[in-house]
Amino acid sequence: MEAVQSAMPLYAVAVSLIAVVLIGVSGGRPNLREFWTIAASVLKFSIVASMLPAILDGKVIEYTLFTLFPGLDISFRVDALGIFFALTASSLWIITSFYSIGYVRAEKEHAQTRYFMCFAIALSATIGVAFSANLLTMFVFYEALTLCTFPLVGHKETPEAMAGARKYLTYLLGTSLAFLMFAVVLTYNVSGTLDFSPKGILAGTASNTVLAVIFVLFMAGTAKAAMMPLHSWLPAAMVAPTPVSALLHAVAVVKTGVFVVVRIVLHVFGVKLLSDTGLGTALVYYASFTIIVASTIALRQDNLKARLAYSTISQLSYVVLGVALLSPSGITGGVMHIVLHAFGKITLFFTAGAIYVATHKTKVSELNGIGKKMPFTMAAFTIAAVSMIGIPPFGGFISKWYLFMGAAEASQIPVIVVIATSTILNACYFLPVVHAAFFKDADESTVKGSPSLSGASSIKEAPVLMVAPLALTAIGVLALFFEPSVFLELARMVVSGVTGNN
Amino acid sequence: MIELIAGKYNYWIYITLMMIGFYAMIARGNLIKKIIGMNIFQTAIFLFYISVAKVKDGTAPILWDKAVIYDNPLPHVLILTAIVVSVSTTAVALALVIRIYKEYGTMEEDTILRMTENRERTGGNG
Amino acid sequence: MNIAEHLPVLVIVIPLMSAVIIPLAGRANSLYSWYITVAVTFSCFLISSSLLNTVMNTGRISYWLGGWEPPWGIEYVIDYLNGFVLVVVSFILFIVSLYARKSIEMEIDEDKTTTFYSIYLLFAAGLMGIINTGDIFNLYVFIEIASLAGYALIAAGRKREALMASYNYLILGTIAATFILLGIGYLYMATGTLNMADLREKLPALYDSKVVLTAFAFFTVGLSLKLALFPLHIWLPNAYAYSPSVVGAVMAATATKVGAYAMLRIMFTVFRVDFDPEAVPVTKILLVLSSIAIIAGSVLAIAQTTIKRMLAYSSVGQIGYIVLGAALVNQTAMTGSILHILNHALMKGTLFLATGAVVYKTGIDDISGLRGMGRKMPFSMAAFTIGGLSMIGVPLTVGFVSKWYIAVGALNAGMWYFVPVILLSSLLTTVYFWRIIESIYFPRKTKDRGQGAGGRGQNTERRTQSADINTPESEIYGEAPLGMLIPTLILAGLCIFFGVAAFLPVSVAEKTAAMLLGGM
Repeated sequence: MEAVQSAMPLYAVAVSLIAVVLIGVSGGRPNLREFWTIAASVLKFSIVASMLPAILDGKVIEYTLFTLFPGLDISFRVDALGIFFALTASSLWIITSFYSIGYVRAEKEHAQTRYFMCFAIALSATIGVAFSANLLTMFVFYEALTLCTFPLVGHKETPEAMAGARKYLTYLLGTSLAFLMFAVVLTYNVSGTLDFSPKGILAGTASNTVLAVIFVLFMAGTAKAAMMPLHSWLPAAMVAPTPVSALLHAVAVVKTGVFVVVRIVLHVFGVKLLSDTGLGTALVYYASFTIIVASTIALRQDNLKARLAYSTISQLSYVVLGVALLSPSGITGGVMHIVLHAFGKITLFFTAGAIYVATHKTKVSELNGIGKKMPFTMAAFTIAAVSMIGIPPFGGFISKWYLFMGAAEASQIPVIVVIATSTILNACYFLPVVHAAFFKDADESTVKGSPSLSGASSIKEAPVLMVAPLALTAIGVLALFFEPSVFLELARMVVSGVTGNN
Repeated sequence: MIELIAGKYNYWIYITLMMIGFYAMIARGNLIKKIIGMNIFQTAIFLFYISVAKVKDGTAPILWDKAVIYDNPLPHVLILTAIVVSVSTTAVALALVIRIYKEYGTMEEDTILRMTENRERTGGNG
Repeated sequence: MNIAEHLPVLVIVIPLMSAVIIPLAGRANSLYSWYITVAVTFSCFLISSSLLNTVMNTGRISYWLGGWEPPWGIEYVIDYLNGFVLVVVSFILFIVSLYARKSIEMEIDEDKTTTFYSIYLLFAAGLMGIINTGDIFNLYVFIEIASLAGYALIAAGRKREALMASYNYLILGTIAATFILLGIGYLYMATGTLNMADLREKLPALYDSKVVLTAFAFFTVGLSLKLALFPLHIWLPNAYAYSPSVVGAVMAATATKVGAYAMLRIMFTVFRVDFDPEAVPVTKILLVLSSIAIIAGSVLAIAQTTIKRMLAYSSVGQIGYIVLGAALVNQTAMTGSILHILNHALMKGTLFLATGAVVYKTGIDDISGLRGMGRKMPFSMAAFTIGGLSMIGVPLTVGFVSKWYIAVGALNAGMWYFVPVILLSSLLTTVYFWRIIESIYFPRKTKDRGQGAGGRGQNTERRTQSADINTPESEIYGEAPLGMLIPTLILAGLCIFFGVAAFLPVSVAEKTAAMLLGGM
């Protein structure tokens, strides 16, 4: 594999950090401030995209920022998996930026400057994780992401918001300091390196028991992946403003979590080691457990965002499950699910936010008939929901298809059952919302009596700055079904990288 | 047994003195008595040094005709320094006690502790 | 006469002499005393740097005091270990003295400021002496000089609790020093020498002697008390909490470090690494004690309601790290331990100075007093945050580097169970620092009770009362004066700098560790 030395990854990370300063100094002039956000997001996406051709050529881009002390570097390395995630995150940041502007202005949120600053830092950290060349660099950005999203989660500064934010921090920082760091130190101790390698770095370095311990510590340390029982920060973090939930809890934070898991599975342990030791299978069943249980809990949630949160928990484990199957199609499916779920879930969160802005409703049971008032929004919701369930011609079908294939390749029949069951559960918690929105009468809910509904007839679509982004992402869900080639190609490169020369 | 006690009586004396002083420093509530204990404690160590310096049949370490065997002068010198240190410590300690007495009006540790606790309980923030 | 030859003793003599000059200069104008203090500590820092540089280039420096040849005369020795500690300590003394002027004006009666600076330099001289000397009796004398000056510094503030804190420290400190004196006596009895290098040569033959064993035990206990190793830390929290902010900073950043240095010096250069008597398994005892210190210090820190006390208890935990690294007795862990001397000095210095800035502005050091300070004193609070993150051990700060080395060292030694100890303490540290960072930047809009750890009625009552005095939302405090702000920011900047360019201190620390574990 040819390695190119280039500072491009650094620029990709740094561009939004520079934007943070600019956003900070132009805090008094909202239009200029928002311009910086948009400019940074577009620039970031262009930088990431500009690296794509080289990666598709089979090269990797490397850049060492500095050496802490011999053996530990802060360095970047862009490979297929990294750019896959970076593309997803940076493209969605552009859309989310527009949506954020619409949302915070419509809601007249306080501390908007802090909001946009933290948002920009969060994206730097996300791209940093994507482009990390070693565990230490990844750890740094992983922690930075937790710290800079704390103000976003607790944005409202009400006691509930702070409680949610503190829970968020406790889970993420606590597990990563206690377990992830431990795992990193152990890895360094047994293997003498922290650099990712397509073949894994741990094979043959220690006894199976030690490796199993390291593996468990890694998984426990990556609470961002929201695998049970370390998932409850995610529903708690739903106190955040909706754009935050959308980008961070459908894309940046949680996907960083699963990305880290994928990295560890593929590039720290390696496919061969995990299948030899049986740890991969253990992870498959662990993820399956989360998928089923989270879906079941989602059924009972009346708060729309909470339902989406549990849905996210379950969907994240699809990624883990796919990769843990360790079969080519399984890995493809898992990796593809990163982008497909991102587009789908962000659309769902966007619609939830649009509904909130337009009607100030948060409960599923209050949404009867809303489809007639907000047709675009609810159409987007429907598209995304159907994609989540995995019905063609929507993006979600692709990953689910590969997951089925992967399970078959690994001859894991129970996994096929799990995915099938989960698909049914997905349908059970999404379709009633769609049904209620389009086919139920609005008056029915007035009887249940929330007083604000006196103005029900005045409900109309949310501001165009919010509806346009959610329409875009919904179109993205469709587009990814018909034209997934770039992402599929990258996923294939990931697979061929880790499974050897075949 | 007698040998152990009588033959090494200097050690026994210093250990006893040291323990007396130590006890006074830890267990006494009166701040002045603690300082007295401290002095006894330090003096015990001084005696230990001096007794160690004694050489059998030795004379004072002065250069004169009969000084064939003489005591080791170095510990004496060291202890001279240590005495200076000890005196300074006592001076600082006494100065502190004077100020404590002015502030609290007592030299009993328990009383002072109680006063501090009361203050904290009533919410004062010194 | 070549001045450069005399640098090892000048670094002690200059502050010692200046301590006498200052009261005279202070008569003319009390500000002069501050000028002198800054100039003297700065020159000490320059001398220390040049000494370390010489050691790095040409090796160990030996200076014969008054030209008397060791082992009869007193020898001052500079090697990697004390060269490194000397630079750290003199730098902190310099930065804190820069900072001191405004803070002292506010926290100490005006007629006492001159004396304060005089004692400050005396304290500096004592510390420098402890570090430089190669003679164990001289070590005792300097320990007492530094300690006596320290007692006076602690009692210098206006708080009357400080007097009792100082008195208790004096009693315990004297016990410790006397134990050390006794240890010295035993060693002298056994070997007939007081020179450290000479002792190192003569002791191995006597390792089985009960006298040597007893001496070692007395040294360990005495020094543990001086460096406040759990459970001998009880003097420390009050001493730090009630003393003026400047004193808290300088004590936390230097005094305990010098204690740790003395322990390393006695354990590894006077005695040798292979001295591990079965009767007194010192390293094992220290491992256990330091682990308890790390955890207990952090837990107790969580329970505190004033910032300085919290920082003091956190120091107890951090001292545990230094001892843990040393007691693991391997190259990596020892490197971490030595790094932590620097790193903890930097981060605790930052935290105490930032706290001092708050005390200067608001007059209180209650944790609730920091509420909403992020807007009012952005730079000081940024420094506090950096210090806090560093204490937690976030990568790219100094705290991470030393913890990393100690953790890897523990694994190398096959004692993996110390890694969870370190990580658990990181978690606990997160708890008590995050509580503060949150109230700095996210002041609650509605005053609700039972926030953070303060669930007890007594605390809540206290908190609201101080909040009333403070009227946090309405009254606007500016940033601290530049004279205080700049030193704080320098230290905070170094917390980041040495966290990123960690290879700089690491290269020195590695050589030091190799020296301690191998030959001289």
